[in-house]
Amino acid sequence: MTTTGHHPPSTTSPAGNPMGFGRMLRKEDARFLRGQGHFLDDLSMPGMLHAAILRSPVAHARIASIDTSEAEAHPKVKAVITGAVLESLNLAWMPTLSADVQAVLATDKVRFQGQEVAMVIAEDRYAARDALELIDVDYDVLPAVVDARRAMDPGAPVIRDDVEGRTDNHIFDWEAGDKAKADEVFARADVVVSQEMLYPRSHPAPMETCGTIASMDRVTGKLTVWSTNQAPHAHRTIYALVAGIPEHNIQIISPDIGGGFGNKVGIYPGYVLAVVGSIITGKPVKWVEDRSENLMSTSFARDYHMRGEIAATREGRITGLRVDVLADHGAFNGTAQPSKFPAGFFHIFTGSYDLEAAHCKVSGVYTNKAPGGVAYACSFRITEAVYLVERMVDVLADELDIDPAELRLRNLLTPEQFPYTTMTGWEYDSGDYPRTLRKAMEMAGYDELRREQAEKRERGELMGIGVSFFTEGVGAGPRKHMDILGLGMADGCELRLHPTGKAQLRISVQTQGQGHETTFAQIVAHELGIPPEDVDVIHGDTSNTPFGLGTYGSRSTPVSGAAAAIAAQRIRDKARVITAAAIECDPADLEWEPGRWYVKGDPSQGRTVQEVAMLSHGTLELPEGVEGHLDASVVYDPPNLTYPFGAYICVVDVDPGTGEVKVRRFIAVDDCGPRINPMIVEGQVHGGLADGVGMALMQVIAFDEDGNCVGGSFMDYLLPTSLECPSWELGETVTPSPHHPLGCKGVGESATVGSPPAVVNAVIDALAPFGVRHADMPLTPANVWMAMQGHPVRTDLAVR
Amino acid sequence: MQVTMRVNGAEVHGDVEPRLLLVHFIREHLGLTGTHWGCDTSQCGTCVLWLDGEPVKSCTVLAAMADGHEVRTVEDLEVDGELDPVQKGFMEKHGLQCGFCTPGMMMTARWLLDHNPDPDEDTIREAISGQICRCTGYENIVRAVRWAAEHPAGAPQKEQEVEA
Repeated sequence: MTTTGHHPPSTTSPAGNPMGFGRMLRKEDARFLRGQGHFLDDLSMPGMLHAAILRSPVAHARIASIDTSEAEAHPKVKAVITGAVLESLNLAWMPTLSADVQAVLATDKVRFQGQEVAMVIAEDRYAARDALELIDVDYDVLPAVVDARRAMDPGAPVIRDDVEGRTDNHIFDWEAGDKAKADEVFARADVVVSQEMLYPRSHPAPMETCGTIASMDRVTGKLTVWSTNQAPHAHRTIYALVAGIPEHNIQIISPDIGGGFGNKVGIYPGYVLAVVGSIITGKPVKWVEDRSENLMSTSFARDYHMRGEIAATREGRITGLRVDVLADHGAFNGTAQPSKFPAGFFHIFTGSYDLEAAHCKVSGVYTNKAPGGVAYACSFRITEAVYLVERMVDVLADELDIDPAELRLRNLLTPEQFPYTTMTGWEYDSGDYPRTLRKAMEMAGYDELRREQAEKRERGELMGIGVSFFTEGVGAGPRKHMDILGLGMADGCELRLHPTGKAQLRISVQTQGQGHETTFAQIVAHELGIPPEDVDVIHGDTSNTPFGLGTYGSRSTPVSGAAAAIAAQRIRDKARVITAAAIECDPADLEWEPGRWYVKGDPSQGRTVQEVAMLSHGTLELPEGVEGHLDASVVYDPPNLTYPFGAYICVVDVDPGTGEVKVRRFIAVDDCGPRINPMIVEGQVHGGLADGVGMALMQVIAFDEDGNCVGGSFMDYLLPTSLECPSWELGETVTPSPHHPLGCKGVGESATVGSPPAVVNAVIDALAPFGVRHADMPLTPANVWMAMQGHPVRTDLAVR
Repeated sequence: MQVTMRVNGAEVHGDVEPRLLLVHFIREHLGLTGTHWGCDTSQCGTCVLWLDGEPVKSCTVLAAMADGHEVRTVEDLEVDGELDPVQKGFMEKHGLQCGFCTPGMMMTARWLLDHNPDPDEDTIREAISGQICRCTGYENIVRAVRWAAEHPAGAPQKEQEVEA
């Protein structure tokens, strides 16, 4: 319909941006490109002091004595904090995110190499480091528990003797699924195959290490904390609970974050110590860890020792899956999972397949290693679960001599089965799995690759093709099921339109590179038809944003993005009422086009959102019950998780002489629902794929027999560079989530979750001529070569 | 000890400890915080800047070693409000996410293009292989540098001014 004087709404903003979804260059780039970002260590406060932490050189020891007198006498030292000082303040221990406690500073024993023993606060960072050398600690070394598989041995040293009555290193046992039914399915199965596998300890290693500046104002009693953290609101509440500081007197600010990947979810001893240091000295105290501190003491990831069993018919119909997991949680149980789920969402391990029965058992143990287990783009242990099932399917394919892609196609859930409730209780929202896998196979030229592989094998060349298919559950989560330390996982959002129609959106989640300042503006633009450049996204400051649990587990778009969309929808609804009042008609007679309400049949009669914004702040008489101004506040409680999925295919060449793996191609087809900003989504996938190459081939935090960490620097903990990564080949399918207001499913962690098994499956496929069915990550040249010799190795132990 | 050097074309002086790292001198004494620090061991490359026209990892260079020399940092890439093509390329091709490795990557990229205006993908990957990015999987960094190679127009010629 066309009417004189009215033009259809533009799909492009005055600045050339999409009026909603689409490729849009990032708002945040302007400062980063100029070196004008504000990362934690870029910040400086008047009178600020610098802290450094003395760490344990041994993995397990009783502290006989600590002498700080020489350090305190250093002319530039302002304070030295030890465990004894903290004990006097009742701050020597802090709660972890898993209802355990962790030593802020060691009092009785040190329990891992790198554990915090003392903090020095000095005038500059060099002096603080110097003074660490002046502290004399006398350690009575104890035997260390290094191998998780030996942690429950009779007579094993008891690590957590701080807890009264504890006589072993057991943390928890947890089960999911129907064991009796699984046993019955296995008993009558044609084929049962089992496989031991390790998802080794890894570390997220963001390029920016963790740090904080704490400033306690002695006059007002107000504590301001700048810190590298992904969840500022959760941090505020925990500081209040731990330190007893009234929560309204605490402001947590997350400045620009130089990568998080889960490493910046938790509260580390250094953060608490900086607060104590500021209280003691009356000055702002900055603490920034060095790289070794980051790798040796902050939250690791994975460390799951898994034994999988898969049951199937001879024709390749998978009927059952059983898993037994030994989870190494380090010296303190600091894993960050929703409270009901000590093993996170590992029980999504049935993956993307239609099974008859499944059962898993996870046991957590303490070892003399760094605590944590939070993350690394894992969606709460789904990384481990996907690795397990995708390796097991390949092991089964090998047993049955069926092509691994074909075996997956025979067993994938079909579109008619959605919503699908898994054997362990997850309700997958939507999907068309076979379409996605077929698309990946087409992009890869799968059949041609298999032909090439056959030819190469004839010549003795080792080429491998690996397939993986993953289903993730992200956007935690429904508050009745999910909380962290009692805090429900709902997220708030506030949207305010100023009189001139420019908007401010305040969100609870915290970008670490995901581009929230851009995509959240696009969500508002999509719903309200206003230019995204007119929407300022405010985040990272607890005093200026509504409460919410932060960014991890790919939850920003599924939870906070939904909140933003609903806030904008409420404003749109209110704008309708105000438009009707302005033109004196019934709201039911109005129709919406992006950016404007107008009278049905007479498009020239209407009001733009910007006009309504001014009217709402003006003198227009509003209908009964309608308040002035144009703002909305939402707390979004997700009804379910969202379930992004994807099909990945990796092609590798292995050097038969050295065992070196070269990733030649990587094809990734992701389905995360509609893409708000496809450019950003692709970037997220790229990064996760590099993670997969790193974890599969390079990254491990291993320990020697005394508990010495042998992954404590970038010389030993190898991360993928531009040379290990191929040029990624991406594709997409789009299956909207039926319960998310935008249909979006989240994507941040998909590739990190889905890609490691594709790489490993490819390498193992390449090694088929050697009869290799499995070898553990990381598949370094040495480890691959050992597997080729028939001697696969334990990759978590630096002792052979 | 006293050090004097030219940083981004301007002469600067400092009274520093002999052990002070160049990265700390640049960041904390001069307030040029665009150059980052990430690993201590010359692996990560977030601290890359130019010393006498060559990219170096400034976490393993002493400020004293730069005495009498010339330093160029990310803050010098933009000239008179005009972004360097490398900066534009990183924006156009989404070559950055968290932005932490970005300054170092761009300094290396600028150097590469000054010496090889039309590098292929393998050459770009080789050039940035001493630097780590955890966000991008490198794909879009490579595309960003290619974009800069294909859009050299308007490239500022600041280097010559510095040398003058």
